[in-house]
Amino acid sequence: MTPTRYTPAAITFHWIVAALILFNLCFGLYTVGLPLSPQKLRFFSFHKWIGITIFVLASARLLWRLFHPAPALPAAMKPWEAMAAHVSHVLLYILFFAAPLTGWLFSSASGFQTVYLGVLPIPDLLQKNKELADVLRALHRWINYSMAAVIVVHAAAALKHHFIDRDDVLVRMLPLSRTP
Amino acid sequence: MIRALLSTLLAASLAAAAAPQKIIAAQSSIKFVSRQMNVPVEGEFKRFDATVDFDPKKPEATKAEFEVDLGSIDLGSVEGDTEVKKKAWLDVPGFPKARFVATSVKPLGGNKYEASGALSIKGATQNVVAPFTLAESGGLRIVEGQFPMKRLQYKIGEGSWSDTDTVADEVLVRFRFVLPAR
Repeated sequence: MTPTRYTPAAITFHWIVAALILFNLCFGLYTVGLPLSPQKLRFFSFHKWIGITIFVLASARLLWRLFHPAPALPAAMKPWEAMAAHVSHVLLYILFFAAPLTGWLFSSASGFQTVYLGVLPIPDLLQKNKELADVLRALHRWINYSMAAVIVVHAAAALKHHFIDRDDVLVRMLPLSRTP
Repeated sequence: MIRALLSTLLAASLAAAAAPQKIIAAQSSIKFVSRQMNVPVEGEFKRFDATVDFDPKKPEATKAEFEVDLGSIDLGSVEGDTEVKKKAWLDVPGFPKARFVATSVKPLGGNKYEASGALSIKGATQNVVAPFTLAESGGLRIVEGQFPMKRLQYKIGEGSWSDTDTVADEVLVRFRFVLPAR
């Protein structure tokens, strides 16, 4: 039987990851613009730690989803809409992994190992390499701009479902709502 | 004729044995490891010069002078390289060179030695003890070692950068000098 709501675990994952991603997108963008200072170095470390946390939570969420299918889309949706919803969700998952992975590789190529919370060293896959670091920096930036764009589409679609189509697509992902 | 040539060669080799040697820069390196947010970060100096008068049989008589071109620092990022040359860090325009003058070398047994001398950076001078190993191969003499230094003793990283929680005080210097063997 297809469920009508997301499981409480899926809802928790969704909103924690959403909050972390929105914060880290803004935080990363803000930190890049700071003049070099001890604070900037600290902020970059925090940014990396949050990124690793997102990677782990997104992995856990994807695993959870494999065993707990998402509720079906409303029957009233047109085939292209259902396809667009599917594609944007797949894209989001790809970007959830691509963003921290490119960040980690960029950091390695720049000669900075990533040490989670200052205690758990993440191995460097790449050697220090200036040219590669420049490429990875650009890649990390554009992956995150893309993710921000897909998030805007995702949120706009959720609001459209709620306020225009008046279906339960948004509500079934809200933590405190009670739908039958 | 042959005798004259031999005696010239002999004189030349005797002179070489007594004269201080220049290091082979292309095969030598001066690297350092600092810790940022507890993450080890490696950098190096690309240009340096040294004059070494070292005889393993008479290590106490060693005379060696090392000069490092601080502007040749490479931290792996343009932003880092620009920052570290500024006044708060190395102040490269004010103090372009670092200098180490070894005044004694103590044998520690086997191929291990310990050099002591004065390290001057940014107008400050501190005594430094640097253990090293000596190896000879293929007509080359290879000196390798490392020593810890405290960056704040040389005012490297002033103002907000003196915060050692972000950039640790201790910096590990790793050196490798290659000399022609005698």
